[in-house]
Amino acid sequence: MRSRGWFPRIALVLGLIFLYVPIVSMIVFSFNNSRLVTVWDAANSPTLKWYHILVHNGQILSAAWLSIRIALIAATGAVILGTLAGMALARFAAFRGRMLLAGMTTAPIVMPEVITGLSLLLLFVAMEQLIGWPHGVGAVTITLAHITFCMAYVTVVVQSRLTGFDESLEEAAMDLGARPVKVFFRITLPLILPAIASGWLLAFTLSWDDLVITQFVAGPGSSTLPMVIFSKVRFGVTPDINALATIMVLLVATGIAISTVWMRYREKRRERDAQLAAAANL
Amino acid sequence: MRLTQAAGRRLVAGIPTFWLLMLFLIPFLIVFRISFSEVRLAIPPYTPLLTWHHGSIWPALELHGSAYAFLFTDSLYVSSYLYSLKVAAISTLLCLLIGYPMAYAIARAAPSSRSMLLMLIVLPFWTSFLLRVYAWIGLLKNNGVINNVLMSLGVIDHPLVMLQTDFAVYVGIVYSYLPFMILPLYSNLEKHDPALLEAAADLGARPVSAFLRVTLPQSLPGIVAGSLLVFIPAVGEYVIPTLLGRTDQLMIGRVLSDEFFENRDWPVASAVAILILLLLVIPIMLFQRMQRRELEAGR
Repeated sequence: MRSRGWFPRIALVLGLIFLYVPIVSMIVFSFNNSRLVTVWDAANSPTLKWYHILVHNGQILSAAWLSIRIALIAATGAVILGTLAGMALARFAAFRGRMLLAGMTTAPIVMPEVITGLSLLLLFVAMEQLIGWPHGVGAVTITLAHITFCMAYVTVVVQSRLTGFDESLEEAAMDLGARPVKVFFRITLPLILPAIASGWLLAFTLSWDDLVITQFVAGPGSSTLPMVIFSKVRFGVTPDINALATIMVLLVATGIAISTVWMRYREKRRERDAQLAAAANL
Repeated sequence: MRLTQAAGRRLVAGIPTFWLLMLFLIPFLIVFRISFSEVRLAIPPYTPLLTWHHGSIWPALELHGSAYAFLFTDSLYVSSYLYSLKVAAISTLLCLLIGYPMAYAIARAAPSSRSMLLMLIVLPFWTSFLLRVYAWIGLLKNNGVINNVLMSLGVIDHPLVMLQTDFAVYVGIVYSYLPFMILPLYSNLEKHDPALLEAAADLGARPVSAFLRVTLPQSLPGIVAGSLLVFIPAVGEYVIPTLLGRTDQLMIGRVLSDEFFENRDWPVASAVAILILLLLVIPIMLFQRMQRRELEAGR
């Protein structure tokens, strides 16, 4: 196709501009002095006023703290369940319930969130009637809901990483007499560790960010950060949310940069190990 | 040894299956069941499925179709369904028209810059979805950034009304779901063999007709996968139309949420959910089949 395709290239550049303009505009206007968010007050800007107001907003801080705790537990739970499901789907030949498990792990990815949220709340209400647990809705039910929709993504990530490797290493270890649990921890786990790490990060982000499902299964006193943001921005733009967005973009960019460097380092080390092994064989 | 291994496998597959049965499948059955109840002032606010009448040993099954009947008597619901389908379909098409050339450009870029470009596509996805939709309010509103720029350039004298229109919803959905369209398209386009296009060129095909007759048909699985990833969630989208969309025409996800939270009518909210699922069951099954094929390709 060589250099014929000028149209796709222009589309790519325009598309990337489209993707980044809103983010850049939030960052720029977070330093704007004016209350009229989108009118630049050149005389008194840039200013850190909204950052100052933000870090003194107790409601936002406590909501952020709740969201972090829920996301940490939900991501960890989702990684454990998702890894088990990914293992089963990628490594076990036909087993009873395979179709069921495969279907239940892909459906949540596309399921409209209002439906997942409604169904989970109705489950919790029915459970409380039947067995007296959970006591109302709150942080616990939010966490259970988040584990459920996050594990679907982890399953897909882990499963596709596992299908990328052939089973010969694991089979060799089995042949040499290693028990399945040992094979998992010594062979499989190190191989899929990058997938587990990115699955965990993905699950953390999805949990941290979720609004719709959370709204259904949250109760009074368990407002997560997206719920607080949504109730603020529903009725217009507020400058302190721009400041919050800027901080979150910075954190994500830092996180992505660190994980990229870490992945590169792992890759390099593996290459070096392979070279050393090859040299030792000579 | 053999036996413990089988038991171990059963455990590995059984734990996630049990979790999803409890928190994914059974909840849908509950929604289905409540959609056949009637609303009542009690806790919980719907009639039970089984009632024991005095003097009878057997419970009477109480099934009401009133929630469904209600949905078809009020034109609000039917028009919300149709509007949601229209918005989702147009947004999917726009995503495809914008995303295809982008995915194509990345797949044809130098291998060294591909991963960088892909990261640029995915990066916004890692920042808050809610905040990215919110950013569009500041861009689209009457005294927002776009209007200010256009007016100061003298392109327009009156601000364009963009917020709370269909246009704003399309922008919001395309913006939020574009990566979901680009990624499957890219992973498909990247696998194409350039020799095929060269052969077409050698046989005298112009680039456009080579694209239409070689590349496009080959990329059909990517088009379908990307479109499903956009269309299915877009039908039930709640945040984007609530923040950017019209107030006189609601999407069905918003109607469901309002029935539940504002009217506290659980049976009607459940019936709305069931009808959305009926609309989406074929696209969802199609997506699952494609996903399974994709994930098992390496086996």
